Parts: sequence; structure tokens; C-alpha cells
Amino acid sequence: MTTTLGTTQQATDLKSLATDVVRRAMQGGATAAECVAREGDEFSTVVRLGQVETLKEAGSRSVGVRVFFGQRAASTYSSDFSPAGIERMLKSALELAKITSEDPFSGIPEAGKLGSLPGDLDLYHEDVYSLAGAERIDYARRAEKAALDSDPRIKNSEGGSFDAATGRKVLANSHGFVGEYQRSYCSVSAVPIAQDDAGNMQRDYWYSVARSLAKLDPAEQVGKEAARRTLRRLGARKAKTAHVPVILDPMVATSMLEHIFEGVNGDSVYRGASFLAGKLGEQIAGGNITVIDDGTIVGGFGTSPFDGEGIPTRRTVVIENGILKSYLLNTYTAKKLGLETTANASRGLAGTPGIGPGNYFLQAGKKSPEQIIGDIKDGLYVTEFLGMGVNLVTGDYSRGASGQWIVNGELAYPVEEITVAGNLKDIFKNISEIGSDLEFRGSVASPTIRIDGLTVGGE
Amino acid sequence: MTENKKHFFFEHYGLSNQDLEKYLAAALSAGGDYADIYFEYLSSTSLSVDESMVKSASQGISAGCGVRVVSGERTGYAYTDDLTPARILHAARTAALIASAPAKTTVTGFQQKPARSLYPVTLPSVDAEITAKVELLMRADRTARAFDSRIKEVRASYADELRTILIVGSDGTFAEDSQPLARMNVSCIAKTETVSGRGTSGGGGRIALDFFMGEKNPEHFAKEASRQAILQLDAREAPAGDMEVVLGPGWPGVLLHEAVGHGLEADFNRKKTSAFAGLIGKRVASEKCTVVDNGTMPWRRGSLNVDDEGQPTQETVLIENGILKGYLSDKLSSKLMGLADTGNGRRESYAHIPMPRMTNTYMLAGQDNPEDIIRSVKNGIYAVNFGGGQVDITNGKFVFSASEAYLIENGQVTAPIKGATLIGNGPDVLTRVSMVGNDLKLDEGVGTCGKDGQAVPVGVGIPTLKVDRLTVGGTARRETGGYMQ
Repeated sequence: MTTTLGTTQQATDLKSLATDVVRRAMQGGATAAECVAREGDEFSTVVRLGQVETLKEAGSRSVGVRVFFGQRAASTYSSDFSPAGIERMLKSALELAKITSEDPFSGIPEAGKLGSLPGDLDLYHEDVYSLAGAERIDYARRAEKAALDSDPRIKNSEGGSFDAATGRKVLANSHGFVGEYQRSYCSVSAVPIAQDDAGNMQRDYWYSVARSLAKLDPAEQVGKEAARRTLRRLGARKAKTAHVPVILDPMVATSMLEHIFEGVNGDSVYRGASFLAGKLGEQIAGGNITVIDDGTIVGGFGTSPFDGEGIPTRRTVVIENGILKSYLLNTYTAKKLGLETTANASRGLAGTPGIGPGNYFLQAGKKSPEQIIGDIKDGLYVTEFLGMGVNLVTGDYSRGASGQWIVNGELAYPVEEITVAGNLKDIFKNISEIGSDLEFRGSVASPTIRIDGLTVGGE
Repeated sequence: MTENKKHFFFEHYGLSNQDLEKYLAAALSAGGDYADIYFEYLSSTSLSVDESMVKSASQGISAGCGVRVVSGERTGYAYTDDLTPARILHAARTAALIASAPAKTTVTGFQQKPARSLYPVTLPSVDAEITAKVELLMRADRTARAFDSRIKEVRASYADELRTILIVGSDGTFAEDSQPLARMNVSCIAKTETVSGRGTSGGGGRIALDFFMGEKNPEHFAKEASRQAILQLDAREAPAGDMEVVLGPGWPGVLLHEAVGHGLEADFNRKKTSAFAGLIGKRVASEKCTVVDNGTMPWRRGSLNVDDEGQPTQETVLIENGILKGYLSDKLSSKLMGLADTGNGRRESYAHIPMPRMTNTYMLAGQDNPEDIIRSVKNGIYAVNFGGGQVDITNGKFVFSASEAYLIENGQVTAPIKGATLIGNGPDVLTRVSMVGNDLKLDEGVGTCGKDGQAVPVGVGIPTLKVDRLTVGGTARRETGGYMQ
């Protein structure tokens, strides 16, 4: 691939476009308006069994507007940047707002709250596109090759891949706010398949992701780790139904953190749809649990200078020593609950803003994962969850799982086709160990955790 | 193809046959075996009523085209959301870079397939009066709130779209379609001082708005969601371990989708990454099981006149009386594997590469009376509603989560149980199907399937089924089984 990226769609000045859309919405009779404009480029390639399987490359852009007539709101979006396309988008937003309800809590944030974090947040590196096409393909090829070369039992592959993307986002509103930021992203991954003598196959994967190519793990390291994770699944058996301690590796422990996130999400809190609603100030987890959301960490995957409504991002302690300290809120849910927004508004192109994480994590503990495993005589180490059996209203939890059975402090043999069940309210109180291995591979991160008191369903 | 007929993209974007030939020629300028262009114009609406207020209303339009060049097993793909000649040409030349050979002879002339009409709406729901859509949601809200005083929260949502597509290929493919899709959904939370429960129900299809004025009206969905939420208030903890499982008819067909459907998509079998690879002609299910994928059912959510490669959809027998018969294929897999193209090439949008996907996947009805099936179970569970499922196609392990299930004790359906997860092994589970009901039902039209990050609408269905052994993941200590530590 030799085409130039990052230049095809830059012709439009997104800032002028967004401010113009807001101005015209106000001229059209809106009492407030907000516009998001985005553009981005992406490149991805998959190399399978050494051969390029797919190459994909494109740029795209889109614009969305939210208008208010007093307390009525509506939104529209378009990928058509022509004057006629923009005009049609505005017209239908102004029309649509007539059918929505007067909601006393709706509106854009107060002018005084708007703003953008100062300084360079280290979110954008042009180097994600610095490689020539052939070298990008080579990144993917090397990751896969390292996996395939690791062991003769690795006989097949879903490929190695390399992805790069950049995006620019502009937000403007009728209080005069105009903010803009750019982010870059690149990743390399491998998905090997191992086969045992009986012909049974297992697959696993590994990846590295960074905002800069310079910070990406070497492709070989990614491939080897993918192979290690795949090989250890060979020969998996079912387990006996049991009540044993369960360890979650960091990849699956993040899902527990996500359940807390959904539980403290202001949207589910005000509707009473969360098992954590009404629990501010209460002990909802063990004293060892501290959960933070921080949208300001320099270079973070969940970092941005302002949230989806134009409020500077911040650091929020969600749970401190087991006590629920804060929900995560946007302007609407904060007003509903009589609280202040935590700058977690997450704005897509259309619809009302939702709530999304900044860099959201469980504070690390002291023990290494090996020590935590070493403490267990008989238990389960989970490396994968399957399915979505989580009821956030009641906290009931039941998911498919696979991993390793622990015998006398060692990973003894792989297990699969089992379930793990409990209730989130108990689970957070029963996290008896937290590992020292906190590492961000996305905006949500957790170290290894040990949970006591879960039911493992098997034979 | 007749030039005098109005084609949407010709009319709105000034395209002509000559332009399309030129773009395809650019796509094949570096060689390549095949090229196609997928044009898409998508118009959509989404509404929600929450706290009895219309809180959210949005509409949008997205348009673009994706150019694909296939060279052997390699695919080059580029897309643009700017449908100007320069941008389309740029995308074509970018996708072309996957190949490295002399230019192919270019395509001249297209053959338009005979038109089908599985969803002939005169007024697509996306163009219907927005106030009529709002009224549907308000009716759902009122019905749910009136159902029981313990219903405390109601959220009703509605979404529709009209997707207009044109697919042209270097093999002469010229296919147009206009695909309506609408869906409404009601979700409720029931509460007492000590317990809470939730319920959801919804439906739709490639239908016009009047669909919701008939039997599947807002009241139907609201009552069903409310009933489920209230039922949860009395639910007990689910048992854990292996046991007999009876699946109710309809949406529990998500079992088939996860347990066998994905594993029979041709791409996984071509690459031998599926647990079903190499099993054609082999027994993979009890002889009572016949499973089909059928994209030709009128009005259904998973149906299509043509797939996203321009190939007419069809009914494909996957498993016949327990024997594995075939795979679901797209153009690439059928060519590389020497199979027929079953019209299962689908994609989420112009920004995505097509791949083999299911349409409506279901099991044909059997002979057994559903009551007899329940009566035959001494100790097990009866699962009638599910949230969703997931499968690892490499080892065939799948799970799905029951949102409404009951204990079966001595042939009688007894207490409701809280969300149990069912887990099994794809190549194995249908061999354990010992009874198949005479009551085949399809789901109400809410399914969305994810694969490789691409979401597409699908349908599922089964008659009442008895599976002799499946692992249930719950928390209750089971006195009779004695396998709790």
C-alpha cells in the first residue's frame, strides 16, 4: 500500500463547520445547540499463514447536532458535508425537537463549567502511520510467525494483525465553547490455534496497543505470548461443580470493574436499575478496594481534554477502601440526582450523551499473581469469560468460563465448559487479594484478583 | 439492465453504467480476480420513552461506498463516505493495491437479477409520521405501568431504518435493494422493598409501521416485559451442574445460532478453524434434528432479497436428520472451496468487508407434544427466554443466558429461577437432543449477531426441545444431586 493517509479528509475545517452548525441552529430558533464533528483515518491488515489476507484503508467523517427548544431536545447526524446535507440535518433536528417531552433536567452545561484541560496530553503521534505499507504488513506477519514458530502444536492461525488509526474530534456549543483534540492508536495482535493429538483445537490471542508506534511491544513478543496462552489451553477438561476460590487474570478482572462502572453509572442509578443505587457512603466492597476514574492521565487510553459535553475531565475516586464515594455522571444525570457532573459525558453523533469511563481502574495491591495463585490449594484461575449473564438490577451473576485448575498453589490443568456464579454485591466484598500487576491495555484496567465464595458449575 | 428505470444512486449521485465500469476497471488495475462496489444510503430514526417522557429522539443519514478487490485469498478494501467520482476512484485504486499483476480485462455490461420482494412496503417506517411512532411508545409505557403497581421503571424504545444499496461486481453483478427494518423494545423493572426483577420484550422485522398495529402491538410487548419482571420477584437461585434442560420454542433458538450456526459459516471451515471442519456427511445431531438457514422468509428481520454481495438469498439445509449437510458461504469462500454460493455474504455497512453470516436459522418441528416433553423430565430446568449467547468456534464451547427459566420437578414445571447460564459444546449438544416438539416458533424479530466486530440483524427459532444433558451455571446448592462441596 503506498497511498498517503491522514490527508484525504482534512480539507474541511471541522471547527468552522461545528461553530457554523451551532450558529445556524440558533438562527433557526433553537434556545441552545451543540455540535460534534469527527473525522478519522484507519488502516488494518491481517496476515494469515504468512500471506496477506486483508488490507483495509479508509477515511471517514461525520457531524451531529443536538438542539434544544427550552427543555425539549433532539439530535440528528449526517455523513454528507455538502451544504444541502448540512441544511437537511439542521432542519430535521429543529423539526424533531417538537415531538420530544419537556424535561426539566435537560440542557447543555452551564457556561462556567465548560473548558478544556491545558497542556499536551500526549494523545496523538503521527508515527502510527510512519511505516511504509510493506512494513505494516510485516508487523502483522512477524507477530503471527512468532506464534507459529513457538511450538509444533500450533498448526493453524486466525492471523496476525496490525492496525493504525487517527481521529480528530471537535465539539462546539451555543455557550461559545469550541474544543478540539486528536488521538492516535496502533495495535499488533496474533490469534494462533493449537491442536492436540486427538485433533481438538484451542485458540487464544494476545495484543499490544499504544498511542505511538514507538511504544508498541515488539511483534515477536506479542506472538510468543499469544502462543503461550493458546498452548496452555490444550487438553482442557470439565471441572466438578464446586464452591472454591476463583482468581481472575487481569484480562477478565476488567469485566468485574465494568460491572461496577455500570452500577455507578448515573443513568442506571437515577432509574433505580443498579444494584448500587442509593448506596453512596456505604461499604459496598472490601476495605482493600479502591477504584478510580481519571480522564486526565497524560497519554492514557481514556484521556481527553474535555468530556462529551465540553467539561474538563477530572479524577474521581469511585470507591475508597470499599466505601462508595461517587457515582459517574454527566450533566443530565447529575441534575437528576442533585449532584455535580464528574465529566463522564460520552457523546456519540446522535442521541443524548451517555456516560463513559476515563482511565478507570482498580488500585493495585502488593502480591504478584504467582503469590496469589500459590496461596490456593484447590481453586480456579479464569482466563476467559463467555456470555453476558449479568443482571445489574439485582447483581445476579452467572457466566461461562475457561481457565486453569489450581492444585496446591500451581496451575495444574486447563478447564473449560464451566460456569461461575454468584451475586455482585457479595463478589465485591469477597475480593480477598489484589495483584500488583495493574497495566493499562485500554481505558479500563484491573490487576489480578482473587474472589472467594463463588459457585463453579461443571459436571 | 434497462437504463430507463430509475436507479436510486444513478438519480441521487449522478452515477451511470459507464462510471461503474470505470470504477471497477480501476479496482482491477493491478490485476485481481474479482472486484465489487457496495453503495449504501442509510436513513434511520431512534426514539425512546423513559419516565413516561420522550427523552431522546434522533435521526440521521449516512452514505458511502466500499470497494473490494479479491486476489486469490487476499482481499483489499477501501471505503469512502464521499460519493464523488474522485473519491470513489481513489478508493478503487487503494483497494487495487492488494493485487500485483497486469490489469484485468474490464467489465462491460451488467446483468440485473430478477427482482424479488420479500418486504414490499409502500411507506417505509422511516418515512412514517414520527408522532405515530411516539404514540406506540407511550402506549407501551402506559400498559406496563398499569400492569402491576410493582412495576417501577419502564423504558420503551423504537428504532427504524431504510437501507438502500447497490452492488456491482466485475462478474456482471448488478443488484439493488431497499431494505426496511424496524424494531420496538420495552424493558421494565419491578421492585418490592426487598427484591427486584427486570423484563424485556420486543419485536419487529423488515416491516412497515402498521405491523405494530396488529397482534404484535405495544401492549403485547409491554405486558410480556412486565410479566417477566414480576415473575423475577419470586425467582429462586438457579441450580448448578449437569442436568436435563427443556428449551421453550422461539427465541431459545439462539442455542442453534451459537452451538452450530457460527461453526458452519464457510470462512471458519475453509481455514479449518471451526470445530465442525471436515464433518460434512457426519452425524452431528440426533436424527430428530433438521436445521436450516433461510434468508427468504417474508418480512423477517434476518431476511434479504439479495445478500450484501448481490447474490439472492436461499434456504440452506445445514443439518438433515442429524447429518451435517452444508455450510453457509459467501463469494470468496464458495470460490476457494468449490462450493455453491448460498447467498450468506453479509456486512454491517459500506465500511465493512463481507463475510459468511447467518440469516434466519431454525430447527424444523418434530413429532413430540410439548407437554410430553416436560413430563418426561424428572429433575431439570425449563428455559423459555434468553438474553444472549456467545461461542468460541474453535473449540465449539458456547454459552447462553436464560432470563426466564423454571425448575422441572417430577415432570412438572415448578418455581421460577434467576438467570441461569447454560454452557455446552457445539458439536456435541444436538446429539443429546432426545425430543423435538411439534411447535416450531420463530423469535419476534430482535436478534442482532456480532462477528469480527460487525453487527447484522438475524432471526432464530426452535420448537420445544429436550437436551438430555447440559451444564447449568447457578448458585444454589442442589440437595438431590449431591455434587456440591
